[in-house]
Amino acid sequence: MTFALALEQLLNGLQLGVMLFLMAAGLTLIFGVMGLINLAHGSLYMVGAFACAAVAAATGSFWLGLVASLACAAAAGAIIELLVIRRLYDREHLDQVLATFALILIFSEGTRWVFGSFPLYLDIPPLLQGAVALPGGAQYPVYRLAIIAAGALVALGLYVLIGKTRLGMRIRAGESDREMIGALGVDIRTLYTVVFALGAALAGLAGAMVGALQSVQVGMGEPVLILAFVVIVIGGIGSIKGALLGALLVGVVDTMGRLLLPQLLTLFFPPSQAGMIGAAAASMLIYVMMALILAVKPRGLFPAAHA
Amino acid sequence: MLLDVSKIEASYGASQALFGVDLAVAEGEAVALMGRNGMGKTTTIRAICNLNPPRAGSVRLAGTDLKGKPSHRVAKLGIGLVPEGRRCFPNLTVHENLEAAARPGSWTLERVNALFPRLAERHAQMARSLSGGEQQMLAIGRALMTNPRLLILDEATEGLAPVIRQDIWAAIRKLKAEGLSILVVDKTLSELLPVADRCVILENGKSVWQGTSAELTADVQDRYLGV
Ligand SMILES: Nc1ncnc2c1ncn2[C@@H]1O[C@H](COP(=O)(O)OP(=O)(O)O)[C@@H](O)[C@H]1O
Ligand SMILES: [Mg+2]
Repeated sequence: MTFALALEQLLNGLQLGVMLFLMAAGLTLIFGVMGLINLAHGSLYMVGAFACAAVAAATGSFWLGLVASLACAAAAGAIIELLVIRRLYDREHLDQVLATFALILIFSEGTRWVFGSFPLYLDIPPLLQGAVALPGGAQYPVYRLAIIAAGALVALGLYVLIGKTRLGMRIRAGESDREMIGALGVDIRTLYTVVFALGAALAGLAGAMVGALQSVQVGMGEPVLILAFVVIVIGGIGSIKGALLGALLVGVVDTMGRLLLPQLLTLFFPPSQAGMIGAAAASMLIYVMMALILAVKPRGLFPAAHA
Repeated sequence: MLLDVSKIEASYGASQALFGVDLAVAEGEAVALMGRNGMGKTTTIRAICNLNPPRAGSVRLAGTDLKGKPSHRVAKLGIGLVPEGRRCFPNLTVHENLEAAARPGSWTLERVNALFPRLAERHAQMARSLSGGEQQMLAIGRALMTNPRLLILDEATEGLAPVIRQDIWAAIRKLKAEGLSILVVDKTLSELLPVADRCVILENGKSVWQGTSAELTADVQDRYLGV
């Protein structure tokens, strides 16, 4: 294995990690602040991807599509929060899981109804087409680097929003004492709608960006949702910092595992078997990592301080 | 009247805790809400703020009926609450606790820091690491940051060392001198009475005596407040 290949896969791992972070940030914020398990978060990812693909196809502009994905996912998030989600905050997790699972079905069938069963395709915008040379000689797509950069920007933006702004302080205050922040004049219901829409917009952004790498289709959100749950459990539920670290960890370990494990196993098995066993083992790797981390830190890497 | 509470009743689930409480606070006045443990002082305050909305009677703030208004609306109409147990946000710094509550008005971070220099010294410290007295200062500062017309303090100095209590009372006197209206609950009569213009005593969820601090004779104290 060459240095160039390893670097390329590392970047792929980072890109997957960034994507997972965009999903996990909303998921962990919504769980941490409102105590809600939202299975429909993957549907918001799908909404973002479809909105971007549809608007880009209609206007010819990926960038308008990207704006549309943010707007549509945020709007979809706000609407389901107002109609459904806010009735679930005081309910048990099982009720939340059932209701948000129902939302997945509604979103999936609704999308199939509007767009049909065939996948949509989204082109990489001209500005971000092409590749750059990596040290070592390999070529790496500019678009994937742009995804990593976008993720870094979002992470920075969230850090400022949650850590430095009055809105962020109120969100964190509500996390520890919801009644008290209300008694100080903060409309907690509206605050929750805002948080939910924000998380939805980030999921939509992730969906839109990935849409240009894969096909845009119904059901695309759920595999990502499962990984995002692994991420927030590893990172510590409620912690944005944990979501960032967990996402990068899962992204890099998963990608590098798929590269390295089959090669490692050629030491013990004939090449054809090593490939198969290695691939199977690699797909379990992040779950093994999750189990190990939880064995040492049962509440994840950065447990929310108040819980 | 700034605050006008009339015949309110309130319950916790099936068990009724208030059976008719009347009290009023005029503009610029400090009123002490008194009564032995469990007589309904906290419940009255929570009912006023619509944290436990009263099921009968009425609460008016500067003429506005608070009935059906969520607690954040009540706060915006001008009630600043310093709750029993202080309830600072432990996961926020001192500065953030104040900032989170801020609404436009004459009370700013600078003024709160001037009122409680100890808070200024600890502005970057997590609220959970403060002493009880500092937490109470923070809870008062936080309520002031909402720029209230009426400040309500439930157990203003409970559990605090005498020196710190003096600081808290000095701050309350200063606020009163500036014209802020105050409704205050505290167990230490010798410190409470000099600040209060009037007193309202609760017994078993009812207001049973009202008068000026001067009228609160030893007899009245024995009858309603003695242990
Ligand atoms: N959360 C609650 N649930 C049920 N009963 C309560 C609750 N809080 C207070 N009470 C009851 O209501 C009555 C008044 O309590 P409270 O208002 O806390 O009194 P005070 O503040 O004067 O000590 C008491 O009988 C108390 O037992
Ligand atoms: Mg009490």
